[in-house]
Amino acid sequence: MEMKTLSGPRKAYDLVFRFLLYFCAILTCALLVFIIGYIFINGLPHVTWDLLSSQTSYIRDTIGILPNILNTIYLILVTLIITLPLGVGAAVYLTEYATNRKVLSVIEFATETLTGIPSIIFGLVGMLFFCNFINLGRSLLAGCLTLVIMTIPTIIRTTQESLKTVPQSYREAALGLGAGKWHMIRTVVLPSSVDGIVTGCILAVGRIVGESAALLFTAGMGMGLNNFFSSADNFIHSSGASLTVALYVYARERAEFDVAFAIAAILMIITLIINLSAKLVGRKLKKK
Amino acid sequence: MSEPKPQKRQFRAMEEVMKILFLVCGMISVGFVLFISIYLIISGLPAIMTIGPIEFLFGTTWASTASEPQFGILPFILTSIYGTAGAIIIGVPVGFLAAVFLAKVAPPKVAAVIRTAVDLLAGIPSVVYGLIGMMVLVPAVRELFGLPDGASLFCAIIVLAIMILPTIVSVSETALKAVPPEYEEASLALGATEIETYMRVSVPAAKSGIASAVVMGIGRAIGEAMAIIMVAGNVANMPSLFSSVRFLTTAITSEMSYAAVGSLQQQALFSIGLVLFLFIMIINVLLNTLLKGNREK
Repeated sequence: MEMKTLSGPRKAYDLVFRFLLYFCAILTCALLVFIIGYIFINGLPHVTWDLLSSQTSYIRDTIGILPNILNTIYLILVTLIITLPLGVGAAVYLTEYATNRKVLSVIEFATETLTGIPSIIFGLVGMLFFCNFINLGRSLLAGCLTLVIMTIPTIIRTTQESLKTVPQSYREAALGLGAGKWHMIRTVVLPSSVDGIVTGCILAVGRIVGESAALLFTAGMGMGLNNFFSSADNFIHSSGASLTVALYVYARERAEFDVAFAIAAILMIITLIINLSAKLVGRKLKKK
Repeated sequence: MSEPKPQKRQFRAMEEVMKILFLVCGMISVGFVLFISIYLIISGLPAIMTIGPIEFLFGTTWASTASEPQFGILPFILTSIYGTAGAIIIGVPVGFLAAVFLAKVAPPKVAAVIRTAVDLLAGIPSVVYGLIGMMVLVPAVRELFGLPDGASLFCAIIVLAIMILPTIVSVSETALKAVPPEYEEASLALGATEIETYMRVSVPAAKSGIASAVVMGIGRAIGEAMAIIMVAGNVANMPSLFSSVRFLTTAITSEMSYAAVGSLQQQALFSIGLVLFLFIMIINVLLNTLLKGNREK
């Protein structure tokens, strides 16, 4: 009814933009469908048990990504163990202790800046400091330490958000009963913001799994199987490629595209799982 | 009564210790930023000084392994700027219009699906984008334009445009949703159609938020390394749309693995890192001013 009374140019304007809005939204979805479809069609057939359970060997002419899977898991675990207390601590300081507004804004600016720094810069500094200066060499540990710097803003931000949702009355009640500040934080504030911390962890895992530029020069491109617990050849000394770095090496340097697609398919599945779980936890957080 | 119980004293000491621990944690991101800045300056400056700042920044030839090596990074700087500009020109309109659809037109269920798609696009690792670009886009460009090799600035621009899309969509959407409904209601009551209202009332009202989306997109595009090293061909040419090029980021990535430790070549790579870092810091400061402006409004 409305459209009939419009003048020609206005009708055209309306139609053109309506079309463009739909088109761009559909294009965005179509891109995702294409990417996922293309990766799965080309990758999933090559995800075999042999590939997942063996290691690459020139002598036996086999390609396997077990070392890369283990390296990735190892990077996630060690990074989280270090980054989690630091990030949660920083968030607690920001919401519970900090009173000086200037200090607060400086910290927040620094955290934003850290989020915006590209991973190649982290890789460069990580290589210079952890590998060369502290003499860790290309090693998984150097990779983990670099990832700690990268993931800390994520943990700070999500923890801070959920700390803010803890009602002020909880804190006042705890303090009124004579609890010290730390006691109050430990028994009241932190337990009621576990959801946010978990979300932070999930997002950090996502970042670690997808990271490649920062790991290339810190954790290196080692394709061998690392024994994380042996004394001579453990993680501190040996370099190890994560799944992403392995994808890069197989696609660009060895032209093993089947393997690259298989790794890409695995990475996509992990990305899907991480997104889904972050959403579920986030929904739970909102309900509270 | 005069002396506190030992348990209580311990309790108080614990409180003090924890306060200091939390303070240290709070300062850690400031420490990291300072550490990265200082470390990059210390390791990046020597090569710039040896080569000469003018020659380094405006030299058009990069031949780091020649017998008389030349270290001019103008090709990398220009490639990064052109590549980012191209990605913005393609990515921003698409992302922005998708955001308008998402925030205003789409029914809640459709919006939820698109939002999930956008989140997923943001989560895809950059090497996966690189792999698809390398296997689909590069051959397609080669066929389409009859080039000997498809790996080019053009491919990098397309890949970057797709990679910044999620950032543009989600930040613009947030800005558009924050527009007071009274503005739109007033416009509709005056007889404007829905689309006219969104494009001429909501969008101008959200322009500073959309500007921060663009700045964030620039930041993401200029810092990307692994996806574009797989599609840009990686020769240190002065940039043109269909030639093989090197970005600031890929210049570091491609030579770092074989540059001898302590050589001028390696130090020059750190200097490239420093230049990239300066770009990013400028973008960050810009973004911060934009965001602060938004909050004050």
